[in-house]
Amino acid sequence: MNSKDTVASSNRLELCNITKAYAEGRKVLTNLSYTLNAGEYVAIMGESGVGKSTLLNLIAGLDTPDSGEIRINGIAISSLDDDAATRLRREQFGFIFQAFHVLPHLTLSQNVALPLLLNGVATDRVEQMLEQVGLQGRGHHFPRQLSGGELQRVAIARALIHQPKLVLADEPTGNLDPDTAHEILQLIRAEIKANDATAILVTHSHAAAATADRVLNLTKDGLHPVSAQ
Amino acid sequence: MKTASLSRWLLLGEWRAHWVQVMVALIAITIGVAMAFSIHLINTAAFNEFSAANKSLSGQSDLQVHGRKGFFDESLYPLLANTEGVALANPVLELDIAVPDKLQNRNDHKLKIIGIDMFRAARISPDLLGLPAEGKTLDRLASDTIFLSPAAMEWLQVEQDDLLQLHAGLETITLRVAGGLVRARMGQRIAVMDIGAAQWRFQQLGLLSRVELKLQDGINHAAFKAKLAEELGESYWVAELADQETRVANMSRAYRVNLNMLALVALFTGSFLVFSTQALSVIRRRQQFALLRVLGFTRQQLLRQMITEGAILGVIGSVLGLSLGYAIAVLAIQFLGGDLGSSFFPGIKPSIYFDPLTAWIFFLIGLMVTMSGSIMPALEAARAKPALALRSGSEDAAMSKLSPPWFALICLSLALLFTQLPPIFELPVFGYLAIALLLIGGIALMPRFAAWVFSVLLAKWRHARIGAVSTLALARLANAPNQAAIALGGILASFSLMVAMAIMVTSFRVSVNDWLGHVLPADLYVRAASLGDQGGFQSDAQKAIAELPGFDRVDFFRTQQLILDASRPEITLIARPIDQADPSNTIPMTDDMMAPAALPEDLAPPIWVSEAMVDLYGYSVGKKVSLPIGATSNEFLVAGVWRDYGRQFGAVQMQLADYQKLTGDLSVNTVALWLQAGMILDEAIENLRRLPFGGALEISKSGDIRALSLEIFDRSFAVTYLLELVAVVIGLLGVAASFSAQTLARAKEFGMLRHIGVMRRQIFAILAAEGGLLTALGLVLGFVLGWGISLILVFIVNPQSFHWTMQLHLPWGWLAIIAVIMLVSAVLTALLAGRRAVSGNVIRAVREDW
Repeated sequence: MNSKDTVASSNRLELCNITKAYAEGRKVLTNLSYTLNAGEYVAIMGESGVGKSTLLNLIAGLDTPDSGEIRINGIAISSLDDDAATRLRREQFGFIFQAFHVLPHLTLSQNVALPLLLNGVATDRVEQMLEQVGLQGRGHHFPRQLSGGELQRVAIARALIHQPKLVLADEPTGNLDPDTAHEILQLIRAEIKANDATAILVTHSHAAAATADRVLNLTKDGLHPVSAQ
Repeated sequence: MKTASLSRWLLLGEWRAHWVQVMVALIAITIGVAMAFSIHLINTAAFNEFSAANKSLSGQSDLQVHGRKGFFDESLYPLLANTEGVALANPVLELDIAVPDKLQNRNDHKLKIIGIDMFRAARISPDLLGLPAEGKTLDRLASDTIFLSPAAMEWLQVEQDDLLQLHAGLETITLRVAGGLVRARMGQRIAVMDIGAAQWRFQQLGLLSRVELKLQDGINHAAFKAKLAEELGESYWVAELADQETRVANMSRAYRVNLNMLALVALFTGSFLVFSTQALSVIRRRQQFALLRVLGFTRQQLLRQMITEGAILGVIGSVLGLSLGYAIAVLAIQFLGGDLGSSFFPGIKPSIYFDPLTAWIFFLIGLMVTMSGSIMPALEAARAKPALALRSGSEDAAMSKLSPPWFALICLSLALLFTQLPPIFELPVFGYLAIALLLIGGIALMPRFAAWVFSVLLAKWRHARIGAVSTLALARLANAPNQAAIALGGILASFSLMVAMAIMVTSFRVSVNDWLGHVLPADLYVRAASLGDQGGFQSDAQKAIAELPGFDRVDFFRTQQLILDASRPEITLIARPIDQADPSNTIPMTDDMMAPAALPEDLAPPIWVSEAMVDLYGYSVGKKVSLPIGATSNEFLVAGVWRDYGRQFGAVQMQLADYQKLTGDLSVNTVALWLQAGMILDEAIENLRRLPFGGALEISKSGDIRALSLEIFDRSFAVTYLLELVAVVIGLLGVAASFSAQTLARAKEFGMLRHIGVMRRQIFAILAAEGGLLTALGLVLGFVLGWGISLILVFIVNPQSFHWTMQLHLPWGWLAIIAVIMLVSAVLTALLAGRRAVSGNVIRAVREDW
């Protein structure tokens, strides 16, 4: 199955009765259902261990629910084999990690260009993308020459360079100081909106969550909207 | 106590988590120590037994008097016996006699027969007294009896009272086995006869090999020896037991040292593995160490921790290596013999003895080698600044300190310098050092070379669309070459040494093959058992052979052993017809020779000397030298230098006519026969066999001699191949361990890549490409290094060790096969290591985030 077929332009993400338990049997998600519309930017908050990261893994197709389905544009991710799920992530998803995960032996340009190379498309946009995240002229630098905030900018550029339809960010400012965190969150929002992407931000930070269109609280009973601060 | 606990926790935690790498490093050290220790044990056992066997023939004598040639007139004996200060003189005739049934084994067909005076020998060498049957004491003096050692009885398959046939010249002699030599050493193949009987039966009337002297109490041995030597003149030499031991040691020293050096190669390769294990461990634990430093661990504690880890590996590996080495030595000596199949120590049966001091030395060598592999990474770990080390991404920069370019350049420059230095104690010490430095320098240069090559490739292909896999692989190799190159340390060391050995052995083999073609131009070679100082063929036998039909040409050779230096083995004199117009038609000359036209007439007769004579005795072309040929020593002109792969202790060739003129000796030992066109080889052999003395002839086809020589050559190098194989296996183990460690350390990287859409097979492709490209580069560099080392082996180590030169030949096909095998092995190893890495949970790999 070609992943291009699985995600249409509407990019509707449906979580249908998702249940997931850890290996030792402890349930983290029980009958969770939610629908995320195209272009929405939501923040998910919740206590530690409630299953926020597990939910992101399930959406990314890196883990499978014990029951229920995650559908993207009507196609169940669990029905995709590993290759198809990988292609889906490659083409349509962008990831931002807490610890950046920028490859130390690649230059900034090469790090940012990775998704384009994987998708087999031209890498012309890299310099422009670096400029967008405030790293113009530094494409030839290596990650060891950058600060934490700058590394996260590289990670954001990498997550968005191929104009993904769904961006998954987990505590993207967890390792940053408040000022840098604020800058990064503004940048994420701006870039997501500029790309018209759907995005899920998992965070403990109210300040971070406030940059999203909507804030959801994940509890053992499911996802519940939180009024904006 | 608390620090000790922490140290133990750190060590056990690391070993538990990375037990495969630890095991591989342990195996490498164990194998390295085992090979080095076993070779040493085998060599020592063989040498000691050979030496003891030689010593046992000398008994308890204080001095021995020998002739410069093999035999001398027995009139010297009463003179010596009556010399003041001599308590007892014991005349001995020692003969190596051909055994008819053993003729097929060209290199092992002789029985050493010692003729002794039973009454004197009882006081000076009682071990040589035969034990006759009860009531047959007079058998010791009989002219038709012989006493055999147990090993000789077993070899000849005879028992007491059996008849034994032996060849003396062209005659067959029958002797009765009268008893055994019960005190002969195990495996020692000797026979004893009454000296008078031996002189008579083997046509050596009036001749002796040596006279053993027991001096009176209170006589100063050194002063007596010097005085006696002066009185006897240059036709004789007087030796002490120590001289004998030196002589025996000199015979096999180069062989033993070379084999030991080769065995150390495995250990040397193993040390790279320890280095890579420890270096990768430092990279992996960089943040952990930084944290410990932040928490209050001092630099010294960290340094101690790392060195202790290396030392524990060294202790365990060395102890296991010693045990394994001992077991290998016992098995090898049982199945291959003391010379490991190379026929270097014939006629002995050595046993392995565990010497605690030697074991302790090899234990220390193993420990030092392991610790030397740990020290650099330990220093880097201790030096690292905690604040920087806590950040990821600086690992490769840290490792670059382990291979500064100046270090590599100093090693390579020193290697170049050492190639120009002469041997020490006739051993190529600087040659071996040059090889070690070349290897270390080359390996230290590897990261920079890799970075340069892959950066160039990456830059070249930047504008081409080479895809994510290639970009990722090339970028890592170009920008993080130190970690990658660590993996290749072992493989580079083992491959370059293998290339070097392959080139050296091939060069040697091709040179020997060409040489055999040159020295064996005839179709048939016929030898007769020598008659002591006389060749086996007297004039009438020579005439009979020359008159046989079916031969185009018949050449006669007279060979003889001469002693020029009491501390060195005998040299060989070969007198034969040599092409006057161009000696290189007869002798395999080097370029160092006088033009035949330049040879002065009516002066000293010309001789052509082997390369060993130049190295060992300082002979040079144009020099006049004195040799004990003829009634007294005569002067000869060195007219040229030739290659001799058959005799490493020296040989001299001269015209047969010159020899006969000087000595009056018309006998010869060997006859070379060229068949007439149309003559069938077997028919010619039949004609020879039909001669009256045909049964006593040792007839060899030149093709058989050539095949046998090459077979002996290959057997001699079998151990070399085995040791090289061990080094390569250790090298591959190193690649496996390093790749595995690095791949596991990159779990986060692969986890991230999987998140952003890199497929499992693409990660495999990245690993295969990295492994393949790096190994390919390692093979290229290994080839260049190996070629450099082979030049040192061919042009320095071999000539300085064995005194022969050779021409360089490269076994391209074989090298290509080995390179492909290593490339495939390395790629498969990388893939296997990768399988473990990508089979892990992708989510767990980046779990510090999610």
